[in-house]
Amino acid sequence: MKSQKANAIESRIDYYPTHEHHGYRFRRGRPLPFGASIVPNGVNFSVFSSVATSCTLVLFRKHEREPMVEIEFPREFRVGDVYSMLVFDLDYEDLEYGYRFGGPWEPSVGHRFDASKVVGDPYARVIGGRDVWFAKPDWDDIYQHRSRLAFDDFDWEDDRPLETPINDLVIYELHVRGFTAHPSSKTSAGGTFAGIIEKIPYLKKLGVNCVELMPIFEFDEWENSRQHPQTGQWLLNYWGYSTLGFFAPKAGYAATGRLGMQVDEVKNLVKELHKAGIEVILDVVLNHTAEGDHRGPTISFRGIDNRNYYMLTPDGYYYNFSGCGNTLNCNHPVVRNLALDCLRYWAADYHIDGFRFDLASILGRDQNGAPLANPPLLESLALDPVLHKCKLIAEAWDAGGLYQVGSFPAYDRWAEWNGKYRDAVRKFIKGDVGLVGEIATRIQGSPDLYYYRGPTASINFITCHDGFTLHDLFSYNDKHNEANGENGNDGANDNNSWNCGAEGETSDEFVNGLRLQLMKNAFCILLLSRGVPMLLMGDEIARTQKGNNNSYCQDNDLGWMDWTLEQRNSELFRFVQAMIRFRHNNPVLRAGAFYRGQDSVGSGIPDISFHGTQLWGPDFSAGSRCLAFLICGKHTEGQDGDIYVAMNMHWDGLPFQLPKPRHGERWSVVVNTSMRAPNDVFEASQAPALSNQTEIIVGPRSMMVLIANGN
Amino acid sequence: MPLQMSSSTEGKTARLNLAGELDATSAPSVRNALEHVLAGQPESLVLSVENLTFMASAGLRILIFAKQKQPGLKIYLLKPQETVVETLKKTGFYQSVYIVDREEEMKA
Repeated sequence: MKSQKANAIESRIDYYPTHEHHGYRFRRGRPLPFGASIVPNGVNFSVFSSVATSCTLVLFRKHEREPMVEIEFPREFRVGDVYSMLVFDLDYEDLEYGYRFGGPWEPSVGHRFDASKVVGDPYARVIGGRDVWFAKPDWDDIYQHRSRLAFDDFDWEDDRPLETPINDLVIYELHVRGFTAHPSSKTSAGGTFAGIIEKIPYLKKLGVNCVELMPIFEFDEWENSRQHPQTGQWLLNYWGYSTLGFFAPKAGYAATGRLGMQVDEVKNLVKELHKAGIEVILDVVLNHTAEGDHRGPTISFRGIDNRNYYMLTPDGYYYNFSGCGNTLNCNHPVVRNLALDCLRYWAADYHIDGFRFDLASILGRDQNGAPLANPPLLESLALDPVLHKCKLIAEAWDAGGLYQVGSFPAYDRWAEWNGKYRDAVRKFIKGDVGLVGEIATRIQGSPDLYYYRGPTASINFITCHDGFTLHDLFSYNDKHNEANGENGNDGANDNNSWNCGAEGETSDEFVNGLRLQLMKNAFCILLLSRGVPMLLMGDEIARTQKGNNNSYCQDNDLGWMDWTLEQRNSELFRFVQAMIRFRHNNPVLRAGAFYRGQDSVGSGIPDISFHGTQLWGPDFSAGSRCLAFLICGKHTEGQDGDIYVAMNMHWDGLPFQLPKPRHGERWSVVVNTSMRAPNDVFEASQAPALSNQTEIIVGPRSMMVLIANGN
Repeated sequence: MPLQMSSSTEGKTARLNLAGELDATSAPSVRNALEHVLAGQPESLVLSVENLTFMASAGLRILIFAKQKQPGLKIYLLKPQETVVETLKKTGFYQSVYIVDREEEMKA
């Protein structure tokens, strides 16, 4: 396949072919960068293997089963352990490539070479084979996931990462397909990157300024796919926490994936989100790959350098700290560079604003799986010049029992998903006792965990893709995962949920009213806490998964956002919208430093003080369920007034003594979650002043937020 | 339907008429034709694509190529079919071209 016109861009004289094989002209290539790079008149292929005895470049025309040519790398083309070759006159648009590696098959010492298989490039920037979501693959194809070339010609204009200060973010975690796949989304390309663009007005209306996309690296939705034995429903690898290639976007998430244009579609999405002032964080899975354990398929890494890419037991099996069969050998220097190159690529070429690392504790383990005190990969990521303005967020635990919330090696850079925040707030809202002290700490940004790092180390969340949605958190005591076909064995059992008196859907108005109220309490606490709040897609309109707390395989109504809820649950949406605006309008709530608990500006009161039903008398005793706090506005520049918050998680209403407002000011009610709309939340300028300025009654299981102003 | 193509130049306007399917196989010939008309340094390029039913990645990239060859070139897509427009929108390429339904809409 020679392109008919090879001299489109003038060639340099030093790129001349020296070899020929079946009409294909080539020469020795450049070992760096790894992967396939388009150069004048040709493509430079470069790949690493420390143990292979031979390497062959296999070239295909797009979608064709049989290769058009195979070119073995001559010995002199290998430098160190890197095989590189420059092949001339290839048609970039119609090319797929892979490699065959010769080498030992000795699983007991970690070698699993098999030259009968074509393996993908670890640096492939586009991967073909799953171009259209849920389109049945050609299972007889010897090469299922095909490396392709990507182009750098996207017109970014003046776009760049937004570099919004992390303390100003309100993050919205969403699943690319699930966000608009439901027919009610009424987008022209449901379930795709392009579909998200059509929902940017919705995100703006809600007020979030950052989206965190669940994995968008290429994966195989058919992996472990099956039909539910009773219902016949297809169960897919819907979430995609199973990477095929770290540099390639998921084609099936792109409306233009069938044209191979997913790279452009993702870039266009990022550009449009940036135009709307919304940052993009990617949930990246660097802890394992789709190759599974010793029974899994050979797709790439396993057949190239198994012993380097994976953590292996002494007898050559795979350590499974990920719970997914294998564990990437993250602190091997070669793999470390792969991870760095990957993130730099997404930051530089896709203008990504930050990354959330799935099971990040694995990234701090050594090559035998032991936790490192000073993990080189985490340090490199923290201090890398290209990544230096990117947000780095760790899921600070793994499936091997390493739990590092509060102790993740941070290098002054890393933030963490604060699992302790989630647990404490859930328990507090459902009325558990013994939490008042911890809640006081959590709403301050968890200084007990992050004293030296500041509140921005804490990504505060109550719900995320793992576990119940917020609606289900207050509708189910137990998980209901039958639809997953695993006999209810999957998903977490410790949900800290409460069904409010009826398990699941009910027509009981009292129960439904209470659920709505508890959801409002949750958003209220989340958006008043220092740290960085994160919302889960659809929680703002009470999305349900019918009690399923692990919807990883549910590519259907359970896993999708039902947009008709926007109308039906407009009261909750309005509340969340108002709370986000309140956070944006009150800088004291999102300051980047901890409260100090003292008056450092001579305002007469500490920056934060805790109270109970009695002023200055917070009840931190074991049986307490209520807490109030007063935030002094004068301690933060740009802050208008003081804020008083009363939280009563008791089943009875309670009176709270109010602090005396400053001279000339009065307390006005911004939030009262015991009220229904429109009296549940007010704009600050329209907040009604209290007739009694000395005491309020806070209803059962509800919260009130007051602001002091001159109204 | 295989690609059918003709080209012409009128003053400072170059014109390519494309019909059928513009895919990876037919793209190189379009690129050749494009290079040929761009050699005359036109100010604008009109791609008449009313009967173009399919435009693959390779086809869209030709638009970018034209821009790269001649910065400042105004590219008009005349009467593109809906599927072509959708692809242009979803990939961000529509910012590089003017989409028009009638020749009169083209700026002088």
